[in-house]
Amino acid sequence: MLEHPELFSLSIAHMDCDAFYASVEKRDNPDLRDKPVIIGGGKRGVVSTACYIARIKGVRSAMPMFQALKLCPEAIVVPPRMSAYVDASRAIRAMMDELTPSIEPLSLDEAFLDLRGTEKLHGSPPAVMLASLVKRMMDELGLTGSIGLSHNKFLAKVASDLDKPQGFSVIGKQETPAFLAGKPVRMIWGIGPAGQVSLEKVGIRTFTDLLRWNREDLCQRFGSMGDRLWHLARGEDYRRVSANAPIKSISKETTFFEDTANTDLLDGYIWRLAEKVADRAKARHLAGRVVTLKLKQANFSTLTRRVSLQDATQIADRIYRTARALFDQVGDKGPYRLIGVGISDLVAEEGADISGDLLDPEAEKRVEIERASDKIRKKFGTDAILKGRALR
Amino acid sequence: MKISIERAALLKAVSQAQSVVERRNTIPILANVLIEAEGDAVSFRATDLDIEVVDKTLAQVERAGATTVSAVMLHEIVRKLPDGALVSLTDDGASGRLAVEAGRSNFSLATLPKEDFPVMATSEYASNFSARAADLRRLFDKSKFAISTEETRYYLNGVYMHVADSDGGKVLRCVATDGHRLARIDSGLPDGAGDMPGVIVPRKTVGELRKLLDDDDMQIAVSVSETKIRFATPEITLTSKVIDGTFPDYTRVIPTGNTRKLEVDAADFAQAVDRVATVSSERSRAVKLSLDEDRLILSVNAPDSGAAEEELAVAYNDERLEIGFNAKYLLEIASQVDRENAVFMFNSSGDPTLMREGNDTSAIYVVMPMRV
Repeated sequence: MLEHPELFSLSIAHMDCDAFYASVEKRDNPDLRDKPVIIGGGKRGVVSTACYIARIKGVRSAMPMFQALKLCPEAIVVPPRMSAYVDASRAIRAMMDELTPSIEPLSLDEAFLDLRGTEKLHGSPPAVMLASLVKRMMDELGLTGSIGLSHNKFLAKVASDLDKPQGFSVIGKQETPAFLAGKPVRMIWGIGPAGQVSLEKVGIRTFTDLLRWNREDLCQRFGSMGDRLWHLARGEDYRRVSANAPIKSISKETTFFEDTANTDLLDGYIWRLAEKVADRAKARHLAGRVVTLKLKQANFSTLTRRVSLQDATQIADRIYRTARALFDQVGDKGPYRLIGVGISDLVAEEGADISGDLLDPEAEKRVEIERASDKIRKKFGTDAILKGRALR
Repeated sequence: MKISIERAALLKAVSQAQSVVERRNTIPILANVLIEAEGDAVSFRATDLDIEVVDKTLAQVERAGATTVSAVMLHEIVRKLPDGALVSLTDDGASGRLAVEAGRSNFSLATLPKEDFPVMATSEYASNFSARAADLRRLFDKSKFAISTEETRYYLNGVYMHVADSDGGKVLRCVATDGHRLARIDSGLPDGAGDMPGVIVPRKTVGELRKLLDDDDMQIAVSVSETKIRFATPEITLTSKVIDGTFPDYTRVIPTGNTRKLEVDAADFAQAVDRVATVSSERSRAVKLSLDEDRLILSVNAPDSGAAEEELAVAYNDERLEIGFNAKYLLEIASQVDRENAVFMFNSSGDPTLMREGNDTSAIYVVMPMRV
């Protein structure tokens, strides 16, 4: 057990499973255990997760598969089995539920936990309970995770990433300023490449740079994000761990290896993204009334188009057709460097896709086909059956 | 320019103008109405670049001329003036202001040069004919509720007006649909309309047109080309671009083999639908119709909020049938029926249903069921 002066007084944690999808696959198929494993869809897809052996060779998430296989030709590519991951995620969630009611899942394999006030209940401080959580995950599920423990969400998330895999990192209040000094601002969750560029424009690369700005100037320059940056620079984050934070939207996007204006190629992306969004919506029993298409042009400016449907949908075919119509409306503005598809204004799936389209009598047939192929994909893997346009 | 005009005449002209003007536009001149005075008449012209309306009315013109002022502001002022007031509009051409005077009220409004005002290009019309206001009103009033608001299918954002073959020969037909319901309304073909090209009249134009159609016997001069449509009364001329797109082949959508017939008093039916739908909090409120020998049970089951059921005496003698619809769609089509009973023709619970008034096939509605 590690030592830290504030170890037993900190209670906001972030739990992040280690190479989650790959770990589930290795657990379920011991032959894979000592081999580099990449989870992802087909030769033309991208890496969804790489195990730590593959990571040694430089394979990273979101990397195009052909590039990953160039770096690590001996890797075994396994198509994702979402249902297995969902099952494992549920089991972990059940263990976390025993620790605290305040859990905020970020995805299948990571979550924030607020353990304030639980010491009396468990008879042990949060740090001890968290250590026993990862031990139980290992013993009962054969899966490992890393814990970050701190005094707010921002630092807890940063901490969980410090010592992966199987890490347990602590950032105390006392050491926070020293810890942040000189660290790059891209460490902040939500500051992507574009955010970095706009911060760099005004000379902000590190937290130390950020500290030199006063609050008003930051707000003026970056709006509400500016105020948040001012607090983060001081290691302050007042967001609460909110249990069951309702999902507001489901979206997927992809950045191209090379900018493209090829409509056929883009059409294939729209379909694959629509299918991923639909898979997510179906897994969560949700449907959306609004379909959004996002395009980033080569000059980094973003075009967003959205449309409200008369009734909500979780059907990939409808999401695809709607997004495609939006794409056609945008006109010839390529080449693009990124495309994204999403749904929002979410409702429970019971009220979704219940009325047909007079002008498109085939639509209902396509919905039935999709439901049938969903069953096949559930049984034999997500790539067991594909639309021709998925191969574009 | 200097004119005197009755408040009532001015209000009518200006209110038509201000409703065409787009509330949020980035081109300042488009917020203005162009006032042109000549002879013994003054015309008020407004446009959003897709629709142009010109209202010509009699006035006492002391000095001919033209200027433009904010349509919304002029409308607000005139609206607030007392009934029967005589309003004078004076523009000295130099100050860049229009003086509006009535009794003891004086206003001075900023103007923009008349030369900047975009006047819609005149065009050749392929077809010119005259139609009764009452006939046009029926064609558009009964179809407009089905116009789609979905922008991805822009060709559905209007009413498709065209010449069609009906049992009794050629008719003037209006069709609107959003993919969930469809309205098809026929009217006798006016003389000279036979070679009219089919056009999609945009939603906003349909709304503006309605203001020309209050007087049943008024003859409306209609001119149609491939790209524009014009409706004119002696005072008002409404010119609009039509939607540049192809209206889908709606004839495939209209069921011809539906044999299960339900006849019901439309008002009773609408009230019952409205009552049972109250318990559903969903936006797309599904109402289930359960049909059995001369009996209709309307029901809503919303697990979160409650359930409701109501029974109606109807004429139905076919097999039992259960079918669900969006309550709003049912209410809208039922409210189109005003003389006889509503007649529904069903096939199965998954197929489009047809509704008409009695045996009148000059107005038919199709509605897509929902899974319930």
